[in-house]
Amino acid sequence: MEYTDVVMENFTCPKHVGELEDANGVGQVGSPACGDIMKIFLRIGDDDIIQDASFKTFGCGAAVASSSMATDMIIGKSIEEAAKFKNSDVVDALGGLPAEKIHCSVLAAEAIQAAIEDYKSKKA
Amino acid sequence: MKRIYLDHAATTPVDPSVVEVMLPFFTEGYGNPSSIYAEGRAAKKAIEAARLQIATAINASSSEIYFTGSGSESDNWAIKGIAMKNQAKGKHIITTTIEHHAVLHTCEYLEKQGFEVTYLPVDEYGLISLEDLKKAIRKDTILVTIMFANNEIGTVEPIKAIGEIVKEKGIIFHTDAVQALGNLPVDVKDLNVDLLSLSAHKIYGPKGIGVLYIRKGVPIDNLIHGGAQERRKRAGTENTAEIVAFGKAAELAVQHLEDNMIHMKTLRDVLIKGIMEKIPQVRLNGHPEQRLPGNANFCFDYIEGESILLSLDIIGIAGSSGSACTSGSLDPSHVLLAIGLPAGVAHGSLRLSIGKNTTMEDIHYVVDNLVVIIERLRKMSPIDANCPIDDAVFAKASHHQH
Repeated sequence: MEYTDVVMENFTCPKHVGELEDANGVGQVGSPACGDIMKIFLRIGDDDIIQDASFKTFGCGAAVASSSMATDMIIGKSIEEAAKFKNSDVVDALGGLPAEKIHCSVLAAEAIQAAIEDYKSKKA
Repeated sequence: MKRIYLDHAATTPVDPSVVEVMLPFFTEGYGNPSSIYAEGRAAKKAIEAARLQIATAINASSSEIYFTGSGSESDNWAIKGIAMKNQAKGKHIITTTIEHHAVLHTCEYLEKQGFEVTYLPVDEYGLISLEDLKKAIRKDTILVTIMFANNEIGTVEPIKAIGEIVKEKGIIFHTDAVQALGNLPVDVKDLNVDLLSLSAHKIYGPKGIGVLYIRKGVPIDNLIHGGAQERRKRAGTENTAEIVAFGKAAELAVQHLEDNMIHMKTLRDVLIKGIMEKIPQVRLNGHPEQRLPGNANFCFDYIEGESILLSLDIIGIAGSSGSACTSGSLDPSHVLLAIGLPAGVAHGSLRLSIGKNTTMEDIHYVVDNLVVIIERLRKMSPIDANCPIDDAVFAKASHHQH
């Protein structure tokens, strides 16, 4: 199994690590038994644009890299655009993931959707 | 960058003096040992010399040493060979939940063939209970197979006491001693074992060569059928160069056993002490004293093993983990689960196994850097002491399917 340079960069120097103090959408997916948990924090403006995003992840190198890349990619997007965000977008941006690590990108996409749902339910 | 190799339980570098004795057999001593001409006879002689070296290393006779292709083959042969040969007497086998997959999967295969297998549980340190063993023995038990020392957590099982119990009942006893040779004294007579598996690459020999010790008179079927090699018990042209290498490696392992044990144990204790003192929320897996001299195995709460391994690799340190992410399966190590760790904790394991060439400087470098790595990964983790894994949260979250 080998990770691409982009994966390794995103693992060693991940972007957007930590909790967003003023997050108004938070999503958490995964389970400790499976060995990966991802928590995504979003700050969404009144105009429904994602102003900032961050993550906290318990997981392997691919899980951390997927979290880093996914949060980086959705900042500046509207929640409508972000809702179309797919795990394959993360995989492509990372230059590929080993087959057994694809689920890490799925987790990242799911965490983002969960955070958007959280924002919508709070707003409603 | 300097590399610090701390995965000697996985494999070891071949000792230069071992390489030296094996190389001529590729280019000069290449004769088929079954051939009657000079080249063949020379190869045969070298094999018999190596056989004696290994027999001497474990206090056996040369005629009880059989060369195989790996430790896994030795385990397969011992278990399947005894099961097949003795099935008229009974079809019950006893083993443990923490065996190497070469034993576990062989037992599972035999279950599919109609054999019954009892998997003895272990306590929190990875030790089996002799009482459990006594209770598990039945009239139709034909084989007990229990590992000498565990490859993951390093716990050393009470092999001599097990051997006495099993011998008294007249049952055949096999032990996988792949992790033991070179790390502990291995004496087949003292231990009352009937069959014992060994592998060269764990003792500074090459990969692809193993040994099965079969005590004289033990009834066993062949696993590999074909030519008359290994006194008609294991077919296949002998791997002369590697057999010679194994002989030398075994000789060195026993010659330097005491020095190596003291050296590894000293470094191991510094490593364990350093990590336990400098890193919070960590547990030592395996028995605190009854463990391999070079084995240290930890679980770090709130983080996952593969990310620890990657972080170590980047700064030049090689280790291993029982995390599912590193095993290629969905479940964390069966050994860590067997000692009672929850899966979420088992994913955060790190095994560092010390070798004869590891230095105190290496250990200090590892401890210092591990402190930083664990702290960094924990900062990234959504779970911590104040926010532990809450099953309720995950029950609500759509469960992630692999």
